[in-house]
Formats: sequence, C-alpha cells, structure tokens
Amino acid sequence: MTVMEQRGAHQPAPPPAWQPRTDPAPLLPDAEPYRVLGTRAAGAVDKELLLRLHSELVRGRRYNTQATALTKQGRLAVYPSSTGQEASQIAAAFALREQDWLFPSYRDTLAAVVRGLDPVAALTLLRGDWHTGYDPREHRTAPLCTPLATQLPHAVGLAHAARLKGDDVVALALVGDGGTSEGDFHEALNFAAVWQAPVVFLVQNNGFAISVPLAKQTAAPSLAHKAVGYGMPGRLVDGNDAVAVLEVLSDAVRTARAGGGPTLVEAVTYRVEAHTNADDATRYRRDAEVDAWRDHDPIVLLERELTERGLLDEDRRNAVRASAETMAADLRDRMNEEPALDPMDLFTHVYAEQTTQLREQAARLRAELAAEDEAYGAGR
Amino acid sequence: MTTVAVKPATMGQALGRALRDAMADDPTVHVLGEDVGTLGGVFRVTDGLAAEFGDTRCTDTPLAEAGILGTAVGMAMYGLRPVVEMQFDAFAYPAFEQLISHVARMRNRTRGGLALPLTVRVPYGGGIGGVEHHSDSSEAYYMATPGLHVVMPATVADAYGLLRAAIASDDPVVFLEPKRLYWSRADWNPDVPATVEPIGRAVVRRAGRSATLLTYGPSVPVCLEAAEAAQAEGWDLEVVDLRSLVPFDDETVAASVRRTGRAVVVHESGGFGGPGGEIAARVTERCFHHLEAPVLRVAGFDIPYPPPMLERHHLPGVDRILDAVARLQWEAGS
Repeated sequence: MTVMEQRGAHQPAPPPAWQPRTDPAPLLPDAEPYRVLGTRAAGAVDKELLLRLHSELVRGRRYNTQATALTKQGRLAVYPSSTGQEASQIAAAFALREQDWLFPSYRDTLAAVVRGLDPVAALTLLRGDWHTGYDPREHRTAPLCTPLATQLPHAVGLAHAARLKGDDVVALALVGDGGTSEGDFHEALNFAAVWQAPVVFLVQNNGFAISVPLAKQTAAPSLAHKAVGYGMPGRLVDGNDAVAVLEVLSDAVRTARAGGGPTLVEAVTYRVEAHTNADDATRYRRDAEVDAWRDHDPIVLLERELTERGLLDEDRRNAVRASAETMAADLRDRMNEEPALDPMDLFTHVYAEQTTQLREQAARLRAELAAEDEAYGAGR
Repeated sequence: MTTVAVKPATMGQALGRALRDAMADDPTVHVLGEDVGTLGGVFRVTDGLAAEFGDTRCTDTPLAEAGILGTAVGMAMYGLRPVVEMQFDAFAYPAFEQLISHVARMRNRTRGGLALPLTVRVPYGGGIGGVEHHSDSSEAYYMATPGLHVVMPATVADAYGLLRAAIASDDPVVFLEPKRLYWSRADWNPDVPATVEPIGRAVVRRAGRSATLLTYGPSVPVCLEAAEAAQAEGWDLEVVDLRSLVPFDDETVAASVRRTGRAVVVHESGGFGGPGGEIAARVTERCFHHLEAPVLRVAGFDIPYPPPMLERHHLPGVDRILDAVARLQWEAGS
C-alpha cells in the first residue's frame, strides 16, 4: 500500500471534477467575416434599405472629404478620417433606436452625425472649440472619447444602470483595433459579461493604430475571438459591407434587449486615409496596399449590388450626390464662421459651485481682459 | 428636556451608517467595489448593506479598479449616485486614468451637460502595520486634479457628516478615510441628525494663542496630542482640521494664523510636492505681515512608504511636531 492510498482512506471526498463553465463553441466567431453584398442573400435585402444605406454612404464619404479639407483651411485643428469605414459608421447609427446610447471615439463623428447630431456640434472638439458641442443626454451620445477604450466601461455602467431601472436601453460602444490592447477594453468586456449588461462592443479593425499594424497589436486568431475569454459571443463581419454590419449589430442589439447580454463585433475594414491630417502614412505602408482595398470600398460594394438589381440610375446618382454636396456646402459655410468663445467660461463647469480660489482666478483673468481691451480697444 | 442614547461608535461604524442612511434616503445611491457585498468590505464599512438593500444596490464587482470606477461613471451618466470603494490607497492607482481623464472633467468637457455625482472612498494612510502597498498617502495626486473634491474626516461625527455631504454632492468627491482612525471611538448618537456642513469648511479643533497646527485626517489626533504636550512647554497651540483639501478653506486657515502668527503644517504625505507646500504658500501669501516665523512643515519623509517595522520613524509624531514648534523663532518674536 502506498502512502497516498493510506492517506486516501481518511480523506474527505475530492472536490467535483473540473467542468467548463460555459460551452465555448457557440461563442466562437465564424472563420470568415460575414458578408451579404455579393452573396445570394443580397437579393432578398429590402430595396429601400439599400437605397438609404447608399445615400448615407455617399453623404458620409463627402462628410469625410469635407472635414479633411477643413483641416487644410485651418478650420479644424485635426481630423481623424473614417474614409473607407463609412459602412461601419452608418450601420452603428442605424442599429440603434432613439433611446439607445452611442459611445463614440474621436474617429466616430460620422456615426454621431448619422444618428442625427448636427455636424458642427459633432466637430467642436476637433475644431479646438469646447470639447463636447452637444448635450450627451439629449442625443444619447456620449462625448467623443480620446483616451482609447476608456469610454467602454462607461457604456457598460450606463447599460447596467438602465437595466436596473427597468428601461429598454442598449449601449453601443465603438473602439478601434489598437484600443483592444488597452486594459479598459478588457475590464469593460469582463464587467459587461459578468453583469450581462445590454451593451454591444463594435471594434472597427481598420488595420492600423496610427502606424502600428494589427500583427504587432495582437496574437489572437481574430479580435472577435477575444469575446470567448469573457464568456460572450464574438462576431466577425466584413466592415465594408453595410448590410452585413447592420444585420450583425441589429442582432446583437436585439440579444442585449432580450436580456441575452453583451456581444463583441469585429468589423474588418481599412483606414484609407492616414491616422489624421497630421500623420504621414507613406512612412509605414505602401500605396499598393491602399489600392487593393479600393475595390472593396463600401460604396463600390453597395453600388455593385444596386446596379445589378437595376436600382441605381443616373438620376438617382445625381440626386444622392446633390444631397451630399448640399450637406458639405452647409458644413463648410458654418465652419467658416468664427466661433465665439468667452474666456470667462474657463471657470464655469469646473465644479457645480465655483470655489473661492476659482473666483479669485476668474477675477484675475477678467482684469487682464479689461487691460487688453483698454490697450488694444474692445471688440478687436 | 429629553435625553438621547449616546454610545461609543467607531469611525468605521459611522461611515457604514452614513452609507446606510444615504441608501435608505435615496434609491439612486449604489455602492460598488471589491468585497463590499457579502464580506462587508475588508474594513467592514459596508457590513450589512447587501443584506439590507440587495446585491444590485451593494455590488461585489470583478477585481478591477478602472472597471469599477469606469462603470460607475456610466451609472452616474444614467442618473445614479454611485459610491465606489477602492480597497486600499495604493490599489486605487489602476483607476487613475478614469479618475483624471473622465471623472474629474466630465462636467467641464460637457459644459455642465453631464455632472458625475459619485464618491470614491479610499482607505488611506499608514499606522496600521500594513505591508507594502497598503499605507500610501495619495492626497497630493488627487488635489492636483481640478474637478475633484478631496475630503478627509478626522472624527467619528465628521466621518458620518462629511460622507453624507460627499454622497449628496453633485460633484465627484475623493473621500479619504484614515485607516488608523477606523477603530477610533467617540460618543456619538447616530439617530440625532448631525449638522452636515458643506464640504470645504475647516474647523478649529483646539483653540490656542501661540501657534497654529494645520492638519487633516490621521494627523489631527496626533496634533491634538502634541498640543496637550506643548502646554507643559508653555505653548498654547491651535489645531485646525482642514477636513478638505479641495475646496480649501483659506478663510479659516488665514484667520487662525493671523491670530497666532506662527504655523506648522502636519501631514503623513511626503513633504516634497505634498499638500504642505501649497498650504504654506497660501498662508504666506495671505498672512505675511502677521507671521513671526516661516511656515514649517512636518511631513512624511520623501521615501517610498517604508516597511511597517520602520513606519513609526516615518510618520509625523508628537516629538517631531513639538520640535517644529520649537523652531518657530520664539526668541525673535517675544
């Protein structure tokens, strides 16, 4: 008899055998990004939806080119373009209902605009005006978030609070491929899954975090696979196929509403422009790589389908283009107006009630402004 | 005249009672953190809350401080009033980005659109024999971040009153609980509503005429002890309990120093870049012509927090305070 056997006779029963807590198989993403356009399923998609998506895509592209042009005219301090990613931006906005919340990053102004936000209000941050040009509660759109992935826990907390209150609200949080490396991404997904919060995470994998390609960012099979580790489903979708992204996001929103918890969606897309107007993409990627994606552009993909179904004639094209031009001209005109900022607002909204110290500092600035007015004349 | 039952209570119990009463008065108050539910917190401050209010009002979260504070931000955005517990001072650091980039500036960056009425409770400071990472005085980091209130109680009654005020505040409050005072006792009747003063008022704990000790949190009882000992030396020391570093009560502080003409700032936090430098500068700017001596500081040494077997040498004690008082140029002024 061995020592172990002797001991075993007096030991309590061993703990139950280890079991997986969740069957990982249903959580796994598909092997290939889900597509609708260019497949047989596209023929069944409602024609009105296709035309709406097309109109928004063309307007969205024009919004991106106009905003980039505004940086060159000094009217925007910086613009991180979503050119090439419009399908994901628009699908994100379309998937939400009025009462749902959007949590955008700095590259997601288009999604906010498609949701109904005034483009000028969406661009105040990037203009160098006050950081948030809209009332987040009124528009159910959180402030544009610059520190990567830090708005994801906010989305989880908000969705959780809404659920506790019994409100039918879903939060959709947007993040990029680089953002998935941040600790807040991990913590947000973990909290969301543990709490079964009604939240959807959309990763727009555009291939680059400024200059760093995805291969240096992660060794995961795909970003969608990360979901499995949290016990939530991961979905992989062609981010340039507006119909497919909308379908996957709408499914995820439905699941969240029904109490089925969070979903991680990875939309595979491509950042056609440099990181921002201040970046030089030729330092880290070849033009040939960018060109290869032009054939898989969101507008090209959708127009192919529309043309095949005979839904896109010249009149239609012209009407959509004209609507985009009107939007761009309006944006240009309004961005050319100098915003009126009051320096004394520096001291408002720091606290609910101004501290003595801030009142003193405000008085100092007021005196400086008065001295400037006296020296150079008021209303310079 | 009615008599009220006054029994000794600890600071920890008063804090727990403040949470309980706040939760009972306002259904939007939610407590969340590590071990705050079933266990009642490692210091038992949240004891009984989950049993009374359920685990959706007092929630054991995953072990991730940025996630705790980040989700609390979202909850506050939706109209809740979260009270977050960071288990120990040094465990709050993973939540720094949420605190600095979001909590402190959400009201400002949304031009008042999104206020965050949330309280971050942090057990802080040394003196309990805690091993590495359990004894930091982190108030200088917080007070350097505009948009946060930084509050610290020193008495059992203030623990209740200031925590109630913090939870009721429409601004985020970092509420630093001196760990070594958790077991301090005072006669206190929780059923008599305390006068809850607004956050930002310092209080004179001991009136005196010779010099002012400016202090807060765990150093308040030490300063009171020093003041008693100083009487034997012929010094009548005033002790001002700041109660909050932000907002800072310049008025009470300056009035005291103008009366006494001498001041020593006392805190556990390191002296270099610590709150004492700011306080000394403010006092000098406001009381220069009343000062008989430079404002001195008695602070922790400028070292990483030492091992518990050496911490008594690091923490400001009665002797070090009296030594500073002795250096206030008495011969010149008298």
